[in-house]
Amino acid sequence: MSTPWIAVAQILVLVVALAAVHVPLGGYMARVFTSTRHLRVERAGYRALRVDPDADQRWSMYLMSVLGFSLVSVLLLYGLERLQSHLPLSIGAPAMDPAGAWNTAVSFVTNTNWQWYSGETAAGHLLQMAGFAVQNFLSAAVGIAVVVALIRGLARSGADGRVGNFWSDLVRTVVRILLPLSVVVAVVLIAMGVIQNLSAHTEITTLAGGSQHVLGGPVASQEAIKEIGTNGGGFFNANSAHPFENPTPLSDLLEIFLLLAIPFSLPRTFGIMVGDRRQGWAIAGVMGALWAGAVGLLTWAELAGPGVVPAAAGAAMEGKETRFGTAASALFAASTTSTSTGAVNSMHDSLTAAGGGVAIFNMQLGEISPGGVGSGLYGMLVLVIVAVFIAGLMVGRTPEYLGKKIGRQEITLVALYVLTTPAIVLTGTAVAIATHAGQAGILNPGTHGLSEVLYAFTSAGNNNGSAFAGLTVSTPFYDTLLGLAMLLGRFVPMALVLALAGRFATQKTVPPSAGTLPTHRPLFAGLLIAVALVVVGLTYIPVLALGPIAEALS
Amino acid sequence: MNPTVLDPTGPSVDPETAAHPRPRAAGRQALGARQLVEALPAALRKLDPRELVGSPVMFVVEVGAVACTVLSIVHPSLFAVSITLWLWATVLFATLAESVAESRGKAQAAGLRASQAQTTARRIVAQQDTLEYTSGRADLPTTEVSSSSLQVGDVVVVEAGETIPGDGDVIEGIASVDESAITGESAPVIRESGGDRSAVTGGTVVLSDRIVVRITAPAGHTFVDRMIALVEGSERQKTPNEIALNVLLASLTIIFLLAVATLQPFAIYSGSRQSLIVLIALLVCLIPTTIGALLSAIGIAGMDRLVQRNVLAMSGRAVEAAGDVDVLLLDKTGTITLGNRQAAELIPVEGVDAAELADAAQLSSMADETPEGRSVLVLVKEQFGLRARESGDLVGAELVQFTARTRMSGLDLPDPVGFEGASGEGVRHIRKGAAAAVTAWVHSTGGHTGPDAARIVDAISSSGGTPLVVAERRGSAPARVLGVIHLKDVVKQGLRERFAELRAMGIRTVMVTGDNAVTARAIAAEAGVDDVLAEATPEDKLALIRREQAGGRLVAMAGDGTNDAPALAQADVGVAMNTGTTAAKEAGNMVDLDSNPTKLIEIVQIGKQLLITRGALTTFSIANDVAKYFAILPAMFVLVFPQLSVLNVMHLSSPQSAILSAVIFNALIIIALIPLSLRGVRYRPAAASVMLRYNLLVYGLGGLIAPFLGIKLIDLIVSLFPGIG
Repeated sequence: MSTPWIAVAQILVLVVALAAVHVPLGGYMARVFTSTRHLRVERAGYRALRVDPDADQRWSMYLMSVLGFSLVSVLLLYGLERLQSHLPLSIGAPAMDPAGAWNTAVSFVTNTNWQWYSGETAAGHLLQMAGFAVQNFLSAAVGIAVVVALIRGLARSGADGRVGNFWSDLVRTVVRILLPLSVVVAVVLIAMGVIQNLSAHTEITTLAGGSQHVLGGPVASQEAIKEIGTNGGGFFNANSAHPFENPTPLSDLLEIFLLLAIPFSLPRTFGIMVGDRRQGWAIAGVMGALWAGAVGLLTWAELAGPGVVPAAAGAAMEGKETRFGTAASALFAASTTSTSTGAVNSMHDSLTAAGGGVAIFNMQLGEISPGGVGSGLYGMLVLVIVAVFIAGLMVGRTPEYLGKKIGRQEITLVALYVLTTPAIVLTGTAVAIATHAGQAGILNPGTHGLSEVLYAFTSAGNNNGSAFAGLTVSTPFYDTLLGLAMLLGRFVPMALVLALAGRFATQKTVPPSAGTLPTHRPLFAGLLIAVALVVVGLTYIPVLALGPIAEALS
Repeated sequence: MNPTVLDPTGPSVDPETAAHPRPRAAGRQALGARQLVEALPAALRKLDPRELVGSPVMFVVEVGAVACTVLSIVHPSLFAVSITLWLWATVLFATLAESVAESRGKAQAAGLRASQAQTTARRIVAQQDTLEYTSGRADLPTTEVSSSSLQVGDVVVVEAGETIPGDGDVIEGIASVDESAITGESAPVIRESGGDRSAVTGGTVVLSDRIVVRITAPAGHTFVDRMIALVEGSERQKTPNEIALNVLLASLTIIFLLAVATLQPFAIYSGSRQSLIVLIALLVCLIPTTIGALLSAIGIAGMDRLVQRNVLAMSGRAVEAAGDVDVLLLDKTGTITLGNRQAAELIPVEGVDAAELADAAQLSSMADETPEGRSVLVLVKEQFGLRARESGDLVGAELVQFTARTRMSGLDLPDPVGFEGASGEGVRHIRKGAAAAVTAWVHSTGGHTGPDAARIVDAISSSGGTPLVVAERRGSAPARVLGVIHLKDVVKQGLRERFAELRAMGIRTVMVTGDNAVTARAIAAEAGVDDVLAEATPEDKLALIRREQAGGRLVAMAGDGTNDAPALAQADVGVAMNTGTTAAKEAGNMVDLDSNPTKLIEIVQIGKQLLITRGALTTFSIANDVAKYFAILPAMFVLVFPQLSVLNVMHLSSPQSAILSAVIFNALIIIALIPLSLRGVRYRPAAASVMLRYNLLVYGLGGLIAPFLGIKLIDLIVSLFPGIG
């Protein structure tokens, strides 16, 4: 089978699998968040946390819980990183330096999983298991909790800003969704050849008589949640390009499927919870169209796109695993940048200029296609409101979405949300490109160098976490600045989303009429795609023109 | 006196004519060069940054223009000076749009001011309690004071030929008043004490008789004062939706500010430092100047469109709310039906000739001066060719007036007058009235009404009509029923279609009537309204509004009486009739000077059109940016990255002409769209999805394509200038 057909076949398999799984998974998640029953293990958790899981929190209290919980998470992880050499199972990994520890702590708590370090040498098994893997679960759960709060805000009427209970949403997400899925997936991955042990390096003698360190570690357990929770932080530096993380083309396809599974199921959860499944379909459709567009473009760029290398070799093979091939690498690259996962199975720095540009643009969309777990849906819902506002005016009514009016306060929150990430990305990139400390990290000069810095800040600001490579980021300058970008890029939008959830929850729901803008039809979906592309495009086109576009056209 | 003026439901205006603006509004639509020149001084005054800061987009343009001015003085070049001039033009076009919009109200305000000329008032000098309880107050001693010194509670006497000195209620007397100064309607109206027509407006003129008026508004805060402020726009405050849109535009401006500000470090890194003028030009082209420039003009013009239709909105918020209305409460009488019931059909009982019934019906209505009675005469004339009888035909006839006790009218004819061939049967008694009354009369003469009559009466009643039974008694024989007149509410023409349009827009119409449920439903079905509130009291109306609002719906209604006031205040859009009471006018948030309740429908459409215009121009403005990028980005960086010239899809002649052309297009499009923003975009009632598709096609796709053509065209001209092309 030729490469283009492989590309098409695996995309089809993926689409069918996602279509099949989103119904039960989406429905199950809706039940999880609407059920009034607590499991015994959850009750134990609530008692330990000393929280009342039935207290309906106002949005501000919900936000305080999110921020407080995340602050504690950052501090614990920071402590673990700084002290790991004194703790068991460190397998010789040294303590991280303060700037690096800050960066990594923020990175895992914000679901970014940007890694300035190599997992092999910088993180012992305890840090991987008790630090990173735990945050993989918790940061994913926080994202889902926030979008559930927003969905409740839209679904409720006259609820005085009450959007649910953070602790209950957090615990249920972990206990009922992420843990069971991860256990099953980890076992499947082990069966496929992913390693799972607590050994340090194994010294072996190769056939040629040389000596080699073979790495060990609890990889499968972390690999599962890395994809399911759209975290993306690899156990090893090579991430999913490493054979112990991602041994076969089949495991590769499974991992791509996993990182898309929850983000594509949440729209259904949303549709069920707001009582109109068509709304969920429309959003899943828009997410799917944007994702498919990115996959198509990136695959085209790698297989047949402009550039000397693809022309000479038939495809751009540099930096890609021959196990997977170009098509699977392009699919992985498009999917990981669409979902804020950031795991990679190839080196994005080696993508063609156009392919790298697509990857950057994917993240710049704000991680909405389908985006990270939770964050993707709330990011999309914010864009929905922008689209509703403009389109709503054009049908002659005060814009409304799901019966909620988009007035001054709502649009202010939405506008600030839309403003936040570009401000972080552009300012960060500009500061880095204008300073010596920033320019020092650049590997390739010229247009590609600009792309490297832009990629780093785009990835951090949008909490993606994938790296373009090339850029040396293990410096205090980049550790600090990128850490700040991740922190602001995660919690400022979350605060705005929760405030929005509170506003919606307070409003009474207006019943729809023939004069209401229908938000489930293809026309609106098309408008939503246009709004996403135009708003993001207009923001980033100048810098893209000097980076990937100029490089691709040369 | 024209009886329709006395009609308590107000002049019934045909909805077809009401749908079009009054003739005096015509001719004000076109935007002439003269209008622009006249608006120029005001536009220049508006360049004051303290005023402009309210519009964040245009404020940024002005700051950019100032910076460019400084730069082009320091380093003058044709390019720099051209950019600077066009940036100033951009700001000026924006302020020009606003002052043109305002100037349209100024003329009307001047006319209103003339009616405000100080007049002398004859204030009654008496103790307060004397004024409260005495009748004959008009004869109390008065003192002449200036109208501007009148206080609330003062009582004045106004006679024929005098101008009413201030807003007030008639507390004694009745007079015909010329209100043309505010309504433009030359036919005089009746104002009398008590009831729902007691309110008078300062500046209107008493034509006949004498009235005593208690002043209800202090000088300077009268209805006309408010009108002047409204039409001049001096009291204009940004409406909620306008503020929300401004927030969105401001955030877009900030995003582009960021994108352009950070572009310089990237450009320097790429070895292609940009001049500040070019960066400012890029910024101005990207920020949504088109909608930013026209936003306030759109708002002012929206209010102005209402004024042209003789509706005064007390707040812009109400105009926007009108676009959002989900439920329209319409009074049956005067709004859905013509004021009165009319005879629609004559149904004889078995054995009676239709012509005989028609004859009797005509005779019985001779004494009936009510509109219903007159409609019987019209009907028999049209259907049976019976001409109206002259009084000479009825010599000796005795008219029997309708009384509350008998509830019948008719006449007694001495034999043989009015009856072909004297029969010698004696005096002929003809009676017409409610079924129960006539039946009682027939029985009292020893006659029987018969099953046929009862059947017809029931049929008419259940169809929602009103049956009037006609009976006759000859001499001393028992009376017999001849037949039944079917009185029907006549639904105004064209309403059915309009209600269908409203339904398509998602607006439900509810007819409010005091009629019983059967009658109400029948009329509702004929008029095509969605729902009915029958046997409605003012309390029921209020409760209905509250119920709808509790469900999250916005309600609009029209009303005139004092007992409508609570409902008017509760409704999201309450349109008070100008003929109504002061209480009603104060409770509502709009006043219709024509007192035409059907106008609610137009008000809703104007509200929608206002929002659509904003949305359409916002979409257009943002869509424009795509083409501007294609013009400016290659121009900026083609020197260092020649490969970017493939993005120059318009093949603009030089980098400088490309940038200048984009800036010029950006400025000229404002001028080009001023007429549209004043007129509002084309609006046809339709379902939301239909409207969205149309507007996206015209303003979204159009906004994408238009600048490619426009910029190319401008470039062809600009490139002719040496030093740029």
